[in-house]
Amino acid sequence: MLLSMQGISKAFAGVAALKSAALEVEPAEVMALVGQNGAGKSTLIKILTGVYRRDEGSVAFDGKAVDFTMPAEAQAAGIATIYQEINLAPQRSVAENIYLSREPKRFGLIDQTAMRRGAEAVLKTFNLDIDVEWPVAHFDAATRQMVAIARAVTQNARLIIMDEPTSSLDEREVAVLFETIRTLKRSGVAVIFIGHRLDELYAICDRVTIMRDGQTVAKSPMTEMPKMALVRHMLGKELAAFQAMAPDEDVPDRPLRLAVENAGAGVRVRDVSLDVREGEISGLAGLLGSGRTETARLIFGADAMQRGTIRMEGRERTYHEPADAMADGIGLVSEDRKIDGIVPDMSIRENMTLALLPKLKKAGIVDRIRQDEIVTRYIRALGVKCASPDQPIKELSGGNQQKVLLARWLATDPRVLIIDEPTRGIDIGAKSEILKLLRSLADAGLSVLMISSELEELLAVADRVTVLSDGTSVATLPRKDLSEAALLSAMAHQAGPSGDLA
Amino acid sequence: MHTLLRPFAIKSSVDLARLGVILALLGLILFGALRYDNFVSSYNILSFLRYNSMFALIALGMAFVIITGGIDLSVGGTAAMASVVAALFSPSHWAAGLLAGMAAGLAVGALNAFIITKMRIQPFIATLATMLAAYGTGLLLADNQSVSVSYDTGFTIIGQDDFLGFPIPAWIALAAYILGWLVLEKLPIGRHILAIGDGEATAGLMGLKVERTLAAVYIASGTLAGLAGVMLASQFGAGQPTEGVGWELFAIASVVVGGTLLTGGSGSVGATLAGALLLAMVFNILNFENGLGWISLSAYWQSVIRGAFLLVVVVLQAKLMTRHRST
Repeated sequence: MLLSMQGISKAFAGVAALKSAALEVEPAEVMALVGQNGAGKSTLIKILTGVYRRDEGSVAFDGKAVDFTMPAEAQAAGIATIYQEINLAPQRSVAENIYLSREPKRFGLIDQTAMRRGAEAVLKTFNLDIDVEWPVAHFDAATRQMVAIARAVTQNARLIIMDEPTSSLDEREVAVLFETIRTLKRSGVAVIFIGHRLDELYAICDRVTIMRDGQTVAKSPMTEMPKMALVRHMLGKELAAFQAMAPDEDVPDRPLRLAVENAGAGVRVRDVSLDVREGEISGLAGLLGSGRTETARLIFGADAMQRGTIRMEGRERTYHEPADAMADGIGLVSEDRKIDGIVPDMSIRENMTLALLPKLKKAGIVDRIRQDEIVTRYIRALGVKCASPDQPIKELSGGNQQKVLLARWLATDPRVLIIDEPTRGIDIGAKSEILKLLRSLADAGLSVLMISSELEELLAVADRVTVLSDGTSVATLPRKDLSEAALLSAMAHQAGPSGDLA
Repeated sequence: MHTLLRPFAIKSSVDLARLGVILALLGLILFGALRYDNFVSSYNILSFLRYNSMFALIALGMAFVIITGGIDLSVGGTAAMASVVAALFSPSHWAAGLLAGMAAGLAVGALNAFIITKMRIQPFIATLATMLAAYGTGLLLADNQSVSVSYDTGFTIIGQDDFLGFPIPAWIALAAYILGWLVLEKLPIGRHILAIGDGEATAGLMGLKVERTLAAVYIASGTLAGLAGVMLASQFGAGQPTEGVGWELFAIASVVVGGTLLTGGSGSVGATLAGALLLAMVFNILNFENGLGWISLSAYWQSVIRGAFLLVVVVLQAKLMTRHRST
């Protein structure tokens, strides 16, 4: 066995990220490592590569117990990591990037000829014939990835960890990458392949290790793990089920408010169609990397749409920037509150009225009286638990922060609210409260497009669910057809025959 | 591609910008030679080189700093302080003056390196602080006036004499540029400096010693500024605590005109020299234009014109880049 990690536990500030997780890799095998966000994949990998130290457990590499304290040690031992964002120096040449920090020297000077020849030789083993003196930035993502892999190979890596290597590649490039992985296998190198696209996992991986909630929940040869079972292992089951909040009977003929047809941009969103009707919660489901957030950004005008149409209340619309979408009454509560939502040091009052300030002006100055009215109204309506409206928002719990963000958008009086993972990082009680709130807003006429990874949530509140797989909407399930089994089977959907990958 | 042609290959918009600055320099020389009688006279050429060598030295250090994605605002203050230190030490031995001036520069550079790499303060702020400190120290040491150098120990030879028909400062600058080119293009550390400017975090993940390399760059910049201060004192016969104001900006301008990106990760020693010479040449040509008697531009106007020139170059570079990128 090449790598054996056993009983790995790790806690951050008292919160367990890994609970006795395990990972085993044989030489020359491709091991798929899968799991939802927060399942512990990246923590496990970072412990292996010396970025984090483990609290408990043992790691053996090549038969010897190891304990790396920094990435350079793991690299020296023969473990290389190809990060998602491909860590190379973009303006330096291909040859330099392959040899950086280990340049071949002659009389103390860099031996340019040896470096060029070496780079050409190693790239040739991957059937890549490029001018190695051009800067890395000159080449496409797949080639850059190959350069990063070539760098790992020249470092004599025995195990290469690839973190979502296909996330920015098109189909042809994926095929090239897979050929490269097969070449690596032939020379005895093992690969840990972190990915979410099921077709790709089945095409290239020998075995799979599935993680959930910081634990290893299943491992098996790829051929003995049906897709449905894999998805079920990944998603698991929320312990406390929510009670159903949506009316079970199908309410027909509610007017269409927002219709997206065949939307696409780049490789993340290929072909998405979905409807949001008046006064309903339309769910958007799919595995990580299926293009849910990217779809939301397209609708909101945050990214440019390359294909397809958006109709808002029957009229065809093009949103070049979020301000356009907002003018049409569309709001977006983003997934990561910390990054693009709240301004931590500002008060609840300021955070809540940030999007509203232009409308709150009286003679160019913020109308404090109206601001107070609005803030007080929403604090009461949404049940925000706070000491005063002037408390900094960072002092609130996750659920209450989410309510303030929700209020910010509600105060702009939207007709469509897109909300991305509304209950991420919120404790279970608050989750149910947020969902109830969304449901009552919908009942009052708001159209909600809710992105969620948690099936329970969708089952509880959604009037319909559109399922994305690999950037494509593969199914739309109305309320009467919604069930865990139906969602799972749609999510495990095979995105058409892609024989060239197999 | 043929091996001989390799160095001239245009592989990025930056290469194009560098070719541009060299062509512009040649064009300006041609313009001067055709328009003014004494432009190519040995007197003009030699005094041009003698005076501008110290600026070229500072620009060289600045180029390395900017390639890492940093900035060194302290070089002007450092040169002023070093000129005072060199003048104070010059009576004991000419070499004492030289080494003391360089040591003063090295000390400021080491302080910059410490603040930036160990205390994690942004280079702009760190070197702004040491700039003020260096000016102050120079004024304190000089007691707020010029400090005459010793004319007996041969200290003035460094700035005022010739060797093989060329001014000694020009030889020193030439040697520094050859060394700088060797370091940047031929030694691993040069490639590491470029890679760090391309992305510090990435460079660290690739196993480069980021802190140590950055420290070396700031120390080199300080030492070169110290050497420029020595030249200043030697050439004008006095340590000048109030000189050096705006030198850092001239150096930054030279580097930028030489096609080095302020964002780091790319740059060339040769083009930096061309950039420094180009900016100095604008000044020189204005002097000649004044000499023709048709117009009379004060020194203030020369600054305005240099500024306008710099703006034109930067805008052209930006245009070139966007076009190159979009094709």
